[in-house]
Amino acid sequence: MLPEYSTHEMMITTAARMLRDNEVVFVGIGLPNLAVNLARRTHCPNLVLIYESGAVGARPDRLPRSIGDPALVTGALGVCSMPEVFQYYLQRGLIDVGFLGGAQIDRFGNLNTTVIGEYARPRTRLPGAGGASEIAALARRVLIVMTHQRRSFVERVDFVTSPGFLTGGEARAKLQVPGGGPEAVITDLGVLRFAADTHEMELASLHPGVTLKQARENTGWPLRIAAEFSQTEPPSAEELRVLREVQSGTPIPS
Amino acid sequence: MQQALSRHVHDGDSVVMEGFTHLIPFAAGHELIRQRRQQLTLIRLTPDLIFDQMIAAGCARKLIFSWAGNPGVGSLHGFRRAVEQGIPAPLELEEYSHFGLALRLQAGAAGVPFLPTRNFAGTDLPRVNPSIRRVTCPHTGEELWSVPALTPDVAILHAQRADEEGNTQVWGLVGVLKEAAFASRRLIVVVEEVVSEEVIRRDPNRTLIPGFRVDAVVHEPFGAHPSFVQGYYDRDNAFYDRWDEISCEADGLRRYLDKWVYDLPNRHAYIEKMRPDVERLRARSAICEPVNYGY
Repeated sequence: MLPEYSTHEMMITTAARMLRDNEVVFVGIGLPNLAVNLARRTHCPNLVLIYESGAVGARPDRLPRSIGDPALVTGALGVCSMPEVFQYYLQRGLIDVGFLGGAQIDRFGNLNTTVIGEYARPRTRLPGAGGASEIAALARRVLIVMTHQRRSFVERVDFVTSPGFLTGGEARAKLQVPGGGPEAVITDLGVLRFAADTHEMELASLHPGVTLKQARENTGWPLRIAAEFSQTEPPSAEELRVLREVQSGTPIPS
Repeated sequence: MQQALSRHVHDGDSVVMEGFTHLIPFAAGHELIRQRRQQLTLIRLTPDLIFDQMIAAGCARKLIFSWAGNPGVGSLHGFRRAVEQGIPAPLELEEYSHFGLALRLQAGAAGVPFLPTRNFAGTDLPRVNPSIRRVTCPHTGEELWSVPALTPDVAILHAQRADEEGNTQVWGLVGVLKEAAFASRRLIVVVEEVVSEEVIRRDPNRTLIPGFRVDAVVHEPFGAHPSFVQGYYDRDNAFYDRWDEISCEADGLRRYLDKWVYDLPNRHAYIEKMRPDVERLRARSAICEPVNYGY
């Protein structure tokens, strides 16, 4: 019998599996935070967690509530200043993976966390860039986690806060943006990846029980299907057990 | 606190109040609200609840920032009302990414007119902020982006401890505290404990700011609540959650300011009013090994 799981658990598990052991990961709050902590306790025991607040090699014994949680400091390998995090770690090219999300994403993986509507007269003022624009520009690979809705998967983002592949094709390379750009978008419906030549987002897998029609209806452009297309592997009983322990705030053994 | 702020912070000043999640100078912010300071240019990477309150109280004319949200909770409603509806007054915005604004302070601290970055290519930030400009490296010919030095009139920073001269020691997350301290013309340090010079001298590597940079030292225990001070008290996450409901309507935020800022004479009264929370948040002990500074 298959274990029962929530959509969030599906997304977190999928994101966690995309991490490789020994990678250096720039962690954000929310689902990515759960994903790295799940990975750390399953297939990536040597994952190095770096938070933009300056905690390096953090080993939080409770689920951090913010990227500046005091639990990220207690027992960390190091603490550095923010100019150091951004220059010596991120800009220097030492960050393997960055996690991002946003209010809007377009078909080339550009993200908006700044405004809905016009910048000078926004309908909705969002928080802004934070560390996202530099993670998008400078991390070797970027994993994006978002809810799949038509209002957020749009033909054109209202504001490019964090660059993906810009206008597609070689646009990102031409501007000499150092990082590798977005690798995958993990949603509540499936996983999307980027075509090697056009860099357009394509549907790579659907989660069990999700239909292609649903994915298409919730995407604001004609969604292509990747050449390699499958069903996402659901969370295993072991992954669910560990994830639920992480979420319940059970102290995480090192 | 009253004296230090009335002496060093004037209407119309640019004021950086740093501390990334950690060490946010709430007591100083509340005192500026009580003193009805106006037309300030407020500078923080993350405006957080403190600037949400100061904006709603009418202290701000302009905000220089990089991420304006309630971490892990949602929006800063006071900030959004000012930007979206001009309540209580329109707010001029100058926004960066964290890296961009951290670099501005670093340039200010280092005494150079700008610093370069490999960030910003392909983003719309330079389009809405003309201070983010292209620069060509004179050595390699590479095209980079740059931000100008930021030199605020005054910095207000919270720390674990200082001596009476202002030699200030910090541990835990340091964010851009040092950059803010060295970039600013005047500097007020608010501390949990005032210690003797001997305590400072026994652990010189922990000193972030030398006393000769400091214009005023204020002793204000629990002065960073609801943010946290490593080794002293935890972040009051329950309050950050509650702030969403308190602040989502302008009236609610106003009532909070009346009850917790305007109607109280000082921080001491605030602490007395939330005595149970003070106990709830007290930090547990995690002591490191002493190091040998001998030779």
